[in-house]
Amino acid sequence: MNTKSTLGWTAIGAISAVLLAALWAAPLLWAMSTALRPELETVSSDFHWLPQTWTLDAFHKTLAAGNLLRWLFNSALVSLAVTVVTMAVSLMAAYAFSQLRFRGRGLIFALAMLAFLVPFEALLVPLFRTMNALGLINSYAGIVLPQVVSPVVIYVFKGFFDEIPADFREAATMDGAGPLRVLWSVYLPLSGNIVWAMAIVTFIAAWNNFLWPFIIVTSNDMMTVPLGLTQTYDAFGVRYAQLMAAALLGAAPVALAYIAFQRKVTQGFLAASGLKG
Amino acid sequence: MDQSALSVSATVARASARREGLPALALLSPFLLAFLLFFLVPTVETFWLSLTESSLTRTNAFVGLDNYATLLHDASFWDALGNTFYFALLTVVPLTALGLVMALLVNRFVRAQGWLQGVFFLPFVLPISVMTLIADWMLQPSSGVINHILGGQRPWLADPYWALPAVAIGTVWWTVGFNMLLFLAGLRNIPAEQYEAAALDGARGWTLFRNITWPALRPVTTTCVILQIIASLKVFGQTYILTSGGPFNTTRVTLHYMYETAFTQSDAGYAAAIAMAFVAVVILLSLLQIWVVSWLDRRDA
Repeated sequence: MNTKSTLGWTAIGAISAVLLAALWAAPLLWAMSTALRPELETVSSDFHWLPQTWTLDAFHKTLAAGNLLRWLFNSALVSLAVTVVTMAVSLMAAYAFSQLRFRGRGLIFALAMLAFLVPFEALLVPLFRTMNALGLINSYAGIVLPQVVSPVVIYVFKGFFDEIPADFREAATMDGAGPLRVLWSVYLPLSGNIVWAMAIVTFIAAWNNFLWPFIIVTSNDMMTVPLGLTQTYDAFGVRYAQLMAAALLGAAPVALAYIAFQRKVTQGFLAASGLKG
Repeated sequence: MDQSALSVSATVARASARREGLPALALLSPFLLAFLLFFLVPTVETFWLSLTESSLTRTNAFVGLDNYATLLHDASFWDALGNTFYFALLTVVPLTALGLVMALLVNRFVRAQGWLQGVFFLPFVLPISVMTLIADWMLQPSSGVINHILGGQRPWLADPYWALPAVAIGTVWWTVGFNMLLFLAGLRNIPAEQYEAAALDGARGWTLFRNITWPALRPVTTTCVILQIIASLKVFGQTYILTSGGPFNTTRVTLHYMYETAFTQSDAGYAAAIAMAFVAVVILLSLLQIWVVSWLDRRDA
């Protein structure tokens, strides 16, 4: 009786797993199926799940006609800059908060954690005014700079540094190493895992950031992928094979990064949400 | 510890505070500079702007609480807030429930784990406009695959009743993977002995879930629900790209209204007041989370 009901549950579970997975894969598969057909087939009243003629035409046209390569380059540059600067700034700050004694430490840390409460979205107006005054509209610096303040990353790094026994630091300090040197040659090697995880998560978040580039960029040449893809209707008109090709090309870098670093990505997102992986 | 030892340790602490103060300042300064310029000053400035009549580039006059008085009687603002809460209603429960179901499935079918988890999580790492491009194509009235399956020619995104639910479904597909991850971490923290002990007592399937899994996951479920409510209050990109707030403003959400006020009407003062109201709602919900979690803890103790 019991074995029977367990088997029943297993069967129900297996069926729902297959159905849900199919449902979740379907939109991307359908986008591929669309991108691989000639444009005429997408508007034909004759419906087919698979292309009748397989062709890479839409991909060629997308790459030739639009600004996609430029947007990919902008996204890569911006995301890399955001990641490197955020990591450097946050590691130094987290080390100071975790390991050094100085006046006002508690107060400054509490102030920094305030940034958890006030969402970035609420600051768009003054940020735009500041950037405008600094002449940074439509510039890489303008896109990158506001994205490097990341209380989550500092919080995670500080938590990690807090767990490292003080002996490590004291031994290095005895040898006359300064704080930057200790951070670089003692703490960083010990935290390689978490630094990579947070770097990958920061990179993905920067790559996908839509709102800030949307506010600060108006020139087509300065757009990042998420923003540029919303302009493709203007570039291609309503040509769905090309639009799907553009969507897939824009998705490819982060999708491949996720597939390559699946464990690290998972670990990073969990650490950022305050849970352990 | 006696008095002299205390004062010695205090002296040592003071000395080290002096010795480490300068290096600390040096290490903190890049962060402090960015924090000041891109968080603290803008936060104070938002509040200040909300008390003024300002355009996007210049501040004209101090008007006290006038913007807030206008806000209270602004039907467009309350409509936008209503749409935002409706969006929250449409997404929070499905996102939490499906996240849990997906995590249970990934956890149960060990041999397909990598694949299943990958398929469920992949949409979450994609840019928002990839989701909106695909959704727009699938929901096309005449050539879209959804209408092909369901029959008919409903213009989903131009239909006042269906536009927001359609955007909500796209959002569930796009973001549920993150919740699955949270539940998966929660499931892996439940000690196997609990299940073994219950299994010895003859508990199976549903009973195991109800007596062990569900109670153990409760903190994760609470976190998930609150995170989702806050995330759905911040909705902007999906509705802006897919429907531009239409049809008839039925999908214009709070941030969209703030964006239009600031960047289309160039009324930065009023937009700042909307931003302050938005921050107040987010903070209230965060406090509610803290309160609910501690209340649940006390009830259990």
